[in-house]
Amino acid sequence: MSFPILTLITFIPVAGMVAILFMRKGQDNVVRYTALAATALQLVLATIMLFAFDFSKAGILDASTFQFVEKARWITIPNVSWIGTIKIDYFLGVDGLSILMVFLTAFVSFIATLSSWNITKMVKGYFIMFLLLDTGMMGVFVALDFFLFYVFWEIMLLPMYFLIGIWGGPRKEYAAIKFFIYTLFGSIFILLTMIALYFSATETVNGVQLHTFNLIELTKASAYSATGILSPQNPNNWRLIAYIFLFVGFAIKIPMFPFHTWLPDAHVEAPTPISVILAGVLLKMGTYGILRISFPIFPEITRELAWYIGLFGVINIIYGALVALAQKDFKKLIAYSSISHMGYVLLGMATLSVTGITGAIFQMFNHGTITAMLFLSVGVIYDRAHTRGIYEFGGLANKLPVYTGFVTVAFFAAIGLPGLSGFISESLVFLGGFGSTVTRTLTIIGLLGILLGAAYMLWTLQRIFFGKFNEKWSFMEDLTPREYLMFIPLTIVILYLGVQPGTAIEFMNTSVKTFVHFLNTAPF
Amino acid sequence: MSLTNFIDSLGMIKPEIAIAITLVVVLIFDLIFKEKKTIIPYIGIAGLVVTFLLLVAQFGQTAAAFFTRPGSTIGLFALDPFSTFIKMIIVVSSVVVILMSISSDEIKSVTARSGEYYTLMFGMILGMMFLSSATDFILIYVSVELMSLSSYVLAGFLKLQKRPSESSLKYMIYGSVSSGIMLFGISLIYGLYGTTNLHAIAAAGNIQGFEFITMTIASILVFVGIGYKISAVPFHFWTPDVYEGAPLPITAYLSVASKAAGFAFMVRVIQLGFVSSVDSHGFWTLISGVDWRTFIILIAILTMSVGNLVALWQDNLKRLLAYSSIAHAGYLIAAFAAFSNESLLAILVYFVFYLLMNLGAFYTVMVVRNKIGSEDINDYDGLGKTSPLIGVVFGIFLFSLSGVPPFAGFIGKLYIFIALVDAKLIALAVIGLLNATLSVYYYMRIMKHMYFNKPNEMTPKIDAPIFDKTMLLILAIPTLLFGIFFQTIVDLAQQSIHLLGL
Repeated sequence: MSFPILTLITFIPVAGMVAILFMRKGQDNVVRYTALAATALQLVLATIMLFAFDFSKAGILDASTFQFVEKARWITIPNVSWIGTIKIDYFLGVDGLSILMVFLTAFVSFIATLSSWNITKMVKGYFIMFLLLDTGMMGVFVALDFFLFYVFWEIMLLPMYFLIGIWGGPRKEYAAIKFFIYTLFGSIFILLTMIALYFSATETVNGVQLHTFNLIELTKASAYSATGILSPQNPNNWRLIAYIFLFVGFAIKIPMFPFHTWLPDAHVEAPTPISVILAGVLLKMGTYGILRISFPIFPEITRELAWYIGLFGVINIIYGALVALAQKDFKKLIAYSSISHMGYVLLGMATLSVTGITGAIFQMFNHGTITAMLFLSVGVIYDRAHTRGIYEFGGLANKLPVYTGFVTVAFFAAIGLPGLSGFISESLVFLGGFGSTVTRTLTIIGLLGILLGAAYMLWTLQRIFFGKFNEKWSFMEDLTPREYLMFIPLTIVILYLGVQPGTAIEFMNTSVKTFVHFLNTAPF
Repeated sequence: MSLTNFIDSLGMIKPEIAIAITLVVVLIFDLIFKEKKTIIPYIGIAGLVVTFLLLVAQFGQTAAAFFTRPGSTIGLFALDPFSTFIKMIIVVSSVVVILMSISSDEIKSVTARSGEYYTLMFGMILGMMFLSSATDFILIYVSVELMSLSSYVLAGFLKLQKRPSESSLKYMIYGSVSSGIMLFGISLIYGLYGTTNLHAIAAAGNIQGFEFITMTIASILVFVGIGYKISAVPFHFWTPDVYEGAPLPITAYLSVASKAAGFAFMVRVIQLGFVSSVDSHGFWTLISGVDWRTFIILIAILTMSVGNLVALWQDNLKRLLAYSSIAHAGYLIAAFAAFSNESLLAILVYFVFYLLMNLGAFYTVMVVRNKIGSEDINDYDGLGKTSPLIGVVFGIFLFSLSGVPPFAGFIGKLYIFIALVDAKLIALAVIGLLNATLSVYYYMRIMKHMYFNKPNEMTPKIDAPIFDKTMLLILAIPTLLFGIFFQTIVDLAQQSIHLLGL
């Protein structure tokens, strides 16, 4: 592939950012349209990639079956006897695990840009940060070199910190620093494991053995030297410790209980578009990291710990749902429902079966679109009423029928109503979970989450949209054209994938099969 | 020492000679042209440029100079890539600090005495450069004193105010006590082995190991002198007070150049005097008898943790940066605890980036101080909005100091943790990384004040002079670029890890 589509899709936002940087003050609309153009172009490229994607290529373990691959040497530090040549590659590629995430990132970023239209404070700074965030997220999903992955992973922190801290709600400073410290705490563990892996494995380049950050080489048992600290032959438990380190790093991002406490704060304080990005894309990076890095590099430990991963998944499902039941703030409720829904992803991954992992990845995608819609709904009502208290509303359905319609679709999709996309992915997760003896009991407990989910969602729907109308809100207007533009594409995707889930599942089929086969048989 | 050796040796200290000549020129110029004080710093810079060129010419050479006695091959002074690299860092930071002094209001207020100021500064540079190369305790002691005496005066240069005088006095008392203790340690070593030369000490140790009790005590006493120079905990008590009281350029200078020399001193003493061999992977084997490794690990943990924990509570930015610089010294000591060539690589790489970001941070604080005369964190409220350039560059320096990609500070930290993981010091690496996370809090606190707090009527709108703007950008742009393209620096550092001796 000579056309560098992945570089473009990753760095188009940076180009937009540079353009915005040189604009004069007061040209807020030009700034907005530039950002919109950048994200739209990204979405177009992502769509082209979907059409050009070859379903028969697995990726995962084999560099030659990755698609849209770009590989160039980024850093070379020539040889000295005691450390060897250091090389870091600029290595991008996409396979069945990441293609949907790439599309999701482009899609949600575009919607979030639309939703950012009513940001009026420091518009220029806002979009600069927003686009930088976009690049960081996209980079994480396309990077195949651990070092590159890590850099993208961390690049996101800075814009997110400012986006919450400057444009956020009343307790924004607390939420911003909490987010920053939590995530950084997680990433230092990733960093440590990354360095240890680097010293344990080698890759043969032009006949010379070099230490490597290459994520694909790191999955090969033959890459590890017998003396390396993380080599499978090492009798100590270093691999287990490294796995836990890595897992904690990713779990904070998911966020997995008990590392979830940053999420409600961040969500409640963040402006609507940033909540959309946070729930729609950022959380997926945690589970994607586990799938891309933890699982294939440590398959034997994954098999050993699968039950625990499932357990944490179920805790997430139940705990998130229970806490959501108790919320009085609409946005906080959605935030906790996110925690609950990410639990399904963890449970699906823990099954180590084709059905379960397909369900998990599909759930990542669906949760991205559904939660994006839920947070947009919160944004719509908050823009009008300047409050998010669930009990302050009631009977809005008559006043805002169209809005209520969209919200109902999102709510039902989140509950997992058949015919909507959430149903398919949740069923796949439960099917996979039930099929594996390891996770069967967990799955049965996890099913309770569906019930709880229905309870808090329907109850919320009732409290806000039905019942007695609060006359205080009689000034409210229904959706504006811009808001239609945000809701309609999301609704289409949710409905379409509910009826035709095969369209999305096709993309990952080959990859997931190879992946699961490897996980269950890898000779570590 | 024979005459030929003496003359040969003079050829190896050309950079030091250049500094000494500059010192004299500055002094004489000050006496003759009483009206043209503002030219003095530029003479200094010219001298430093020449020195830098001489250092470049020397780069890569390895030799011993000033042999202890005729026919011997061990000397007082080592010319090697490691010391040359450290000297380059010292020279570059001196240039930055001189430029900083030119625009500092504090230093401008005493222009009449700028002759003294620069003379003392060159005295300090001379001391630091000799310290980087000294392989004999006598020369080490003389260099430490030369450097310290100059810096005592510089720290209290604004002598008419109360705080600087206090800090200078404190600095001097701490300094004299610790160098006294170090001297006692040296005398113990001399008593055991009859020599003050590090080569000879190692040679004596290599025969049958060191004598455990006496040598351990002596080592710890010597480390008091080292610890004082690099402000390692528990020898750090002077640091915050002196940093707060000294004029800003001097504070910046003490935090970078003087620390670099201190680290060179530590590396030299331990690597030359206490290491018996280096294996093919670059790991060092210590001579039996003195367990430097455990000691250094302890000091590293203490220094990192205390530096970071105390920095959390600081409201004065000078003090905050002082504690942060203690924490950074902690990371560097931790890297050294790996006792391998990678430690040296990490230290050198880190110092290059540390120079940029720390001097940059101090420079920004100075620019703000020039405008509002305060370093209090609350006076930075909303500064990011009223003065975007200051906000952005300060942000770059602070993010870099906290070690997040894609800034240079991250690469520095990366190399430290590479050294630690390769030496299988995982626990130390974890402690270091936790500390790095902790440090983010206080750096981000400054960002919070600059960006999240609303500007109030006190918030200045700082339109820095073009000179300051240029300087800030000169420091900020590489901080950003080296975070992405760090190849050259690491490559250069890799060629510089060679010390004379092993």
